[in-house]
Amino acid sequence: MQRNEEHLDLTIGVLLRTGVITAASVVFAGGVWYLVRSGMLAPNYRAFQGEPEGLRSVGGVLRGVAGLHPRSIIQLGLLLLVATPIARVGLTVVAFALRRDWIYLALTIAVFTVLVWSLSGLGYSPH
Amino acid sequence: MGSLNSLEFSLLVGLFGAGAGFLGALTGLGGGVVITPVLTLLFGVDIRYAVGATLVSVIATSCGAASLHLKEGFSNIRIGMFLEIATTLGAIAGAFLATRIPTSSLGVILGVVLLYSAFLSTRPKLDKHDAVPAHPLAERLRLDSSFPTPHGWQPYRVQRVRTGFAVMFGAGTLSGLLGIGSGALKVLAMDHAMRIPFKVSTATSNFMIGVTAAASAGVYLNRGYIDPVLAMPVMLGVSAGSLLGARHLSGTETRILRMVFAAVVGVLAVEMIYHGLSGRI
Repeated sequence: MQRNEEHLDLTIGVLLRTGVITAASVVFAGGVWYLVRSGMLAPNYRAFQGEPEGLRSVGGVLRGVAGLHPRSIIQLGLLLLVATPIARVGLTVVAFALRRDWIYLALTIAVFTVLVWSLSGLGYSPH
Repeated sequence: MGSLNSLEFSLLVGLFGAGAGFLGALTGLGGGVVITPVLTLLFGVDIRYAVGATLVSVIATSCGAASLHLKEGFSNIRIGMFLEIATTLGAIAGAFLATRIPTSSLGVILGVVLLYSAFLSTRPKLDKHDAVPAHPLAERLRLDSSFPTPHGWQPYRVQRVRTGFAVMFGAGTLSGLLGIGSGALKVLAMDHAMRIPFKVSTATSNFMIGVTAAASAGVYLNRGYIDPVLAMPVMLGVSAGSLLGARHLSGTETRILRMVFAAVVGVLAVEMIYHGLSGRI
């Protein structure tokens, strides 16, 4: 049983590694850029204000990246990181579909839907 | 530490993150457990920003560790996928709860969970392979499998599927509430309730943590808890540290380190509870 799934294990492993490395590189690049530009500013995390709208949604972050804002680029890296396990679930959806394993196809589709719904921000009240 | 500029702050937080990631990977407690207390107690960061940054770093370490375990053949993808239904729903519920309860209560709950995790990490781990009859639900879901041992592939049978599923919902809720991986509770559900061998439980837990955390990340992002400039050094530091830690996994000195780290986690936990109760978080 476990050995039959060896191929899937390896594919998932490659996907997870690639995702984390890509995400970390984008975060690092955005971070260096931000610190070169604004490294001398004093950060204030003592009082919670919440992030500005542009850093709170996938669409907002993409617009910020198009405008070349370093903070948006870091946030894009973090979004890529969040997307990595979601892509992993997507991959298992395909794998179970190919095997005609209907129970697990239904389970993985359910998890995938919940994850995409959560990240999309649909269904949340604004505040 | 209000006088630091962003560059100094990032370097310092990155160093702490690397240390936490290294010890977390080495001891199996996970790096995330100490990041939120360190950020709030030492750096004076609001717990909501701290939780947002920690959650992101948890995804990175979990994915990194999971890719290592997958090569070894310990992870059980079916068990992981089945239980992820419970953890993702729990995580979203927990993340919504986090936006509604006072931050001082969050601090106290985190402290209690930390104490319990530290206690669990000092418990001896036994790989029991009792001959047990198959559980009907486990059979239907084909959860039973085998794992590699020095004497070849050892089969195991999954027990108490419903109890495990319920505990997993709780683990997911705590993960979403506190921005942690809840690895200790996940392992407890699998190895204690479901009688899954410890190595399989640990590997499968790592496999699930990323998905659980990704479920609550959406809520955190939407509520403005994820600050890129704070999350950047935390994520990079913890990832680098845990990568190094995972390479040094086998060694006799890990037992002493495990006790030391458990003690550090215990002290941070008591501080979190004290600060929470006195309303300073």
